[in-house]
Amino acid sequence: MLTFTQLKKNLKKDFSNYTKIKIAVMGDTATQFLIQSIRGAGFEQGFNLQVWEADFNQIERQVFDPNSELYEFNPEIVIVFYSTHKLLAKYNKLNPEQHSSLADIQMILIDNINYALNIQLRPKIIYYNYTEINDSVFGNFANKIESSFLFQLRKLNYELMLFAAKQPNFYLCDISSLQNQFGKTNFFQASVYINTEIVLSIDILPEVAAKTIDLIGAINGKFKKCLILDLDNTMWGGVIGDDGLENIQLGSLGIGKAFTEFQYWIKKLKNRGIILTVCSKNIESVAKEPFEKHPDMVLHLEDIAVFIANWENKADNIRQIQSILNIGFDSMVFLDDNPFERNIVRENIPGITVPELPEDPAEYLEFLYHLNLFETISFSNEDVERTKLYQVEAHRTVVQKSFTNEDDFLKSLDMVSLVEPFNKFNSPRVAQLSQRSNQFNLRTVRYTEADIETSIIEKDIFSFSFTLEDKFGDNGMICVIILKKNDLETLFIDTWFMSCRVLKRGMENFVLNTIVKHAKEKGYTYLKGEYIPTPKNEMVKNHYFHLGFQQSADYWILNVMDYKNKKCFISTK
Amino acid sequence: MDRSEIIHQLTNIFIDIIDNGDISLYNETTANDVDGWDSLTHIQLVVAIEKHFKLRFNSKEIQGWKNIGELADSIAGRIA
Repeated sequence: MLTFTQLKKNLKKDFSNYTKIKIAVMGDTATQFLIQSIRGAGFEQGFNLQVWEADFNQIERQVFDPNSELYEFNPEIVIVFYSTHKLLAKYNKLNPEQHSSLADIQMILIDNINYALNIQLRPKIIYYNYTEINDSVFGNFANKIESSFLFQLRKLNYELMLFAAKQPNFYLCDISSLQNQFGKTNFFQASVYINTEIVLSIDILPEVAAKTIDLIGAINGKFKKCLILDLDNTMWGGVIGDDGLENIQLGSLGIGKAFTEFQYWIKKLKNRGIILTVCSKNIESVAKEPFEKHPDMVLHLEDIAVFIANWENKADNIRQIQSILNIGFDSMVFLDDNPFERNIVRENIPGITVPELPEDPAEYLEFLYHLNLFETISFSNEDVERTKLYQVEAHRTVVQKSFTNEDDFLKSLDMVSLVEPFNKFNSPRVAQLSQRSNQFNLRTVRYTEADIETSIIEKDIFSFSFTLEDKFGDNGMICVIILKKNDLETLFIDTWFMSCRVLKRGMENFVLNTIVKHAKEKGYTYLKGEYIPTPKNEMVKNHYFHLGFQQSADYWILNVMDYKNKKCFISTK
Repeated sequence: MDRSEIIHQLTNIFIDIIDNGDISLYNETTANDVDGWDSLTHIQLVVAIEKHFKLRFNSKEIQGWKNIGELADSIAGRIA
């Protein structure tokens, strides 16, 4: 990780091609160094963070004054950093009989801040939780005394999690866990604090900045979706082809515990929605044997979406995995114990993340915990089912090959789609898709759950979510449309994105048929579309052209009166 | 370590932290003489000096030095 001095040097570099994001930072201690670190760390991830800093200790004034500089700046993200030191100062000033209410008092303030920010701005809020200070007034007994500072501080961190769970735009940056990891002596330097009101040590700033940037990245749709796993000496100790099933190290054999625990972690990632794939230099049947027969394997074949074992080079194999899954290389993580393979992959696959795994497998877990590769800002039931969906897709690809006539194939799928406006049940998934969809996304406007909920009640906005089910299984929600009234005659297609899982299924035609019908029923004559290019959405460059829209300056226009329903083999559920 | 060696090493730290290769330090040099040596950078310098010489200054010292000479004295006193 870069040091603070290196991050500061980043500030002089050229940010001009990087994604601009406006961020406000407010703290009750001095935040200049933190801001420099965050902007410098953002550079490493391709972000040009436009940071506005509130004057020292101005959080409430900025938030509760509707004419403040904060609102004038109009940031997309607001970072709020109330330090534990100032919380302790507040506690010290309370009457002893109020000590047990500290967490409640602070939560009321946080609730009000969150409310005021949402009324004025609807920003994403990043709130730093509280690092621990034990004032040792009660010793260990503090854990039994509700009025102790330690009791109140831990309660507050817990209450914050409960609060964040209910507030779609409120995210916690867990600096408390950072302090646990690095220790308070590294996190905080008393002499610096006394001289400057800075509570984060110079050495810890890069860690806090990285954790913050992880969140900002996830908010902006940058996160990992897939883990590519090597097998020998990565998933188990030893070489299955050489050592044989009985001798690979797993469970209680040799250092097998390290690999077993590692597999449990990977299994949890899979349950969270990370797609697992295997890329191993092996004979396929040999590589699969432990998954099928070894009693101590935690991962099984049904956990693996794509399993590639052959003697080809890994870069080519990973390209193949990419083409099956249809996700960007920058959302993939490749784990391999062999430095040679890591380098081949790193050099040939731009964007992929290849952690420099420690030599000792016992260190794998702690090392990967620290990298915090799997930041996210959403979690839904679909995440749990994702592997199954991709396995079904792999199966479908095989069936497709055996049909010579595409129409016959599509007919044979018995596809049905449920079309619904947004509602409180589907809005989490709509928001999640909006964050994740990069390739089939015409304008790449990102919406959060809160945005989606607002659109439900707004008139002149028409929303559609589409599911797709076929005889192999349910794909869940795979397409979203938002139409906005442009003028009396015209509906603007504000949002059209679709999961790449359902490409070549005639879904585009079905969607267009649906929205044309809607436009006619509401008395509109024109549909107006727009394509905004991004590095990832090249595939839909000619989307509207293919659907018969006419180009008009930067837009695409379709007259719905002349429109004839397009062929498709999907029926409405 | 003699004082000229301490000042030489301090110069390298200042060049790195302030990111300016033209800095030369003498006993009489003060913060006013060095572009970019403000109160915030001072903290960064202090932490870097502490790390480099493997020592810790106390809170009073951090604000007490009038010039580079006094800083070098503090360091010399600790590593002697």
